[in-house]
Amino acid sequence: MDFEPSDDQRLLLESVSRLLADTYSFAQRKGYMAQPAGYSPEMWGKFAELGLLGLPFPEEYGGFGGGPQEVMLVMQAFGRAIVVEPFLSTVVLCGAAIQEAGSADQKGTLLPAIAEGSLKMAFAHGERQARYDLNDLVTSAKRDGSGWVLDGAKTVVAHGEAADKFIVSARTSGDRYDREGMTLFLVDATAQGVARRGYVSRDDSRAADLSLSNVRVTEADVLGPVGGGFEIIERVVEAGIAATAAEAVGAMEAMNEMTLEYSKTRVQFGQPIGSYQVVQHRLADMFMTQEQGRSMAMLATMSLENPDAAERARNLAMAKVGVGQSARYVSQSAVQMHGGIGMTEEYAVGHYFRRCMVIERLWGDPAYWLQKLADQVE
Amino acid sequence: MDLRLTPEETAFREEVRTFIRENLPADIRDRMKLGHPPRKEDTVRWQRILNQRGWAAYSWPKEWGGPGWTAIQKMIFLEENLMAPAPEILSFNVTMLGPVLIQFGTEAQKKRFLPRAANLDDWWCQGFSEPGAGSDLASLKTSAKRDGDHYVINGQKIWTSTAQYADWCFVLVRTDPNARKRQEGISFILVDFKTPGITVRPIISIDGSHHLNEVFYDDVRVPVENLVHVENKGWDVAKYLLGNERTGIARLGKSRERVNAAVDMARKVNSNGRPLIDDQTFRQRVAQLQVDIKALEMTQYRVVSAYDKAKGAGRPDPLSSVLKVKGTELLQATTELAVDVAGPMATPIWAEELAAMNEPDDMLEAGSASAASYLMLRAASIYGGTNEIQKNILTKAVLGL
Repeated sequence: MDFEPSDDQRLLLESVSRLLADTYSFAQRKGYMAQPAGYSPEMWGKFAELGLLGLPFPEEYGGFGGGPQEVMLVMQAFGRAIVVEPFLSTVVLCGAAIQEAGSADQKGTLLPAIAEGSLKMAFAHGERQARYDLNDLVTSAKRDGSGWVLDGAKTVVAHGEAADKFIVSARTSGDRYDREGMTLFLVDATAQGVARRGYVSRDDSRAADLSLSNVRVTEADVLGPVGGGFEIIERVVEAGIAATAAEAVGAMEAMNEMTLEYSKTRVQFGQPIGSYQVVQHRLADMFMTQEQGRSMAMLATMSLENPDAAERARNLAMAKVGVGQSARYVSQSAVQMHGGIGMTEEYAVGHYFRRCMVIERLWGDPAYWLQKLADQVE
Repeated sequence: MDLRLTPEETAFREEVRTFIRENLPADIRDRMKLGHPPRKEDTVRWQRILNQRGWAAYSWPKEWGGPGWTAIQKMIFLEENLMAPAPEILSFNVTMLGPVLIQFGTEAQKKRFLPRAANLDDWWCQGFSEPGAGSDLASLKTSAKRDGDHYVINGQKIWTSTAQYADWCFVLVRTDPNARKRQEGISFILVDFKTPGITVRPIISIDGSHHLNEVFYDDVRVPVENLVHVENKGWDVAKYLLGNERTGIARLGKSRERVNAAVDMARKVNSNGRPLIDDQTFRQRVAQLQVDIKALEMTQYRVVSAYDKAKGAGRPDPLSSVLKVKGTELLQATTELAVDVAGPMATPIWAEELAAMNEPDDMLEAGSASAASYLMLRAASIYGGTNEIQKNILTKAVLGL
């Protein structure tokens, strides 16, 4: 049992933190959001230079050779800066799918392209009718000669507007809720029949809805076993839960620091509001909640490599609930402690609030996962 | 970073679990499974069994009869003991007096008191709080005046747990009423409870039990050799005692045990025409508690492994206030769950009259015990530094306000 980062991990964290301190102030971030892509391509290049875009990939694929812990540290730093670049989608989610299920060819082509910054990807699984149910899949893929034809629609694809390529889930057999019969496909954003509608999401990043109409892909675009996509999707979601848990911890840290600082400088009734015990105890509660969230984010990260699938799933479910609830409490409290200024678009705290709100809604909120855990009570 | 227990630690957990299973007397285990607190004799009997194994003084170094465990091992041991459920080791003896004497005591004091404390030959209690000195402990007034080779103690202590069983008491007294700062005139003294002038008066708590007491000191003469550390430096000793590594403070094993007991009981009672265990509201409450227990378990591991890394040299981790607050909130929430499951069976007080009237009725007895433990554990957020005081500590130590 050891919760301390290694020396290498410390170095990684320092270099990421330094880059973000220099280039990712709240004001600079506004500039990145205002660019046509909704993020900074220049920053994406800097992430590539630092090796972050290949962080969890093996060195043979141009990667950094890191694992879940390195991703956790970087996501935490990204959470502190509310980074809007498509890192989660490209590196964490699609990276996990390719590493988990990709052929040697697919890995050899895609992973180095991601690592060098020339390929941005998005994971297109969610559908309007599915809400949070991973097994609810309607988009279809039918065999056609040597390839496949995809039809359907995907909704709220994170970073979907920026993606050059999608990983699309489609049903190759079975009925709407069947876990069997799902298959993943690599689909170019420019492929014939792909229509993309981009929009800004609550967290200032840009997402997209996709419609797929008669989209033709080849056998080489199949990612993983035909009909065996569900297990891969689950692994991708597990990686996503762990990564966003760490990101939420970073956001909680930032909100707590801002709130503490504000409580020292905001004077009312002749004293800084931080001198009032009612405010102090709320700050103490926010700190404790953050630390409980951090514990759960660590649990999520360190569970990813647990070979016992049931225990892994249970730990991740618990972490999803715990971090979601923690982030909600800290977000709401941070706005409350700031008073009116916390309500404004020009102030940072609301942006952290909204990122946490979006994270909570990725792959299921606390109530959703709590019900899953409740089903297991015996 | 590595979340897993080492193979040695896993083996250690198994060793502890097996030992407890094989050696905890069945009558004690059965009473505790029904949710009753241990009786005095239960605590003594179990601590002596553990002491024979060399485990009673679980937090002490080998030199003084402890097993020399790491903080993680100590935590595993305490959790397994609570989960069994077995009587807890008497904290006054082992987690309070022992470390204090090892740190501050004379050789003679160590030799005289430590082995007897480990084996529970002496039952110790803690004389800190006074009617006017609760959270504000440094305002204590009980005085000790030097008279030749003795201190003469006068005053009143309150909330003294298990004083009615005690052979000895470690007491904070004011030895210099004129000290510049209130904290500077306090001494830490060991008092033999057989000394004339001590009166113990019971306080019955809301669960109906006699656990707390008032203790009156009326010209109680204590030999000066019973002073620990230096006269007027007792505050340092008290701070050490209260801030001393608090491995077991969250008592997660107890919360786990209460959830398990509630789930067991929920199988046996109906609600809205179906077993309560099938009720979604109940299941979600259980799941939420399991999540909260897991989070605190992780935080506890963080605190404990940081302690092991610092080789015990570090100052008390401010996160231990998190353990206290969140741990006691969980104790209260889990006992609340159990009492809610018991429903109407929580209302009868399990006393001799009821026991005589009924055939053995485990459900009724457990229901009644669940109410007692729910009521008793309202104290958890009050003792050991109220949760509000813990938040003050966090505000100062972590947030720097």
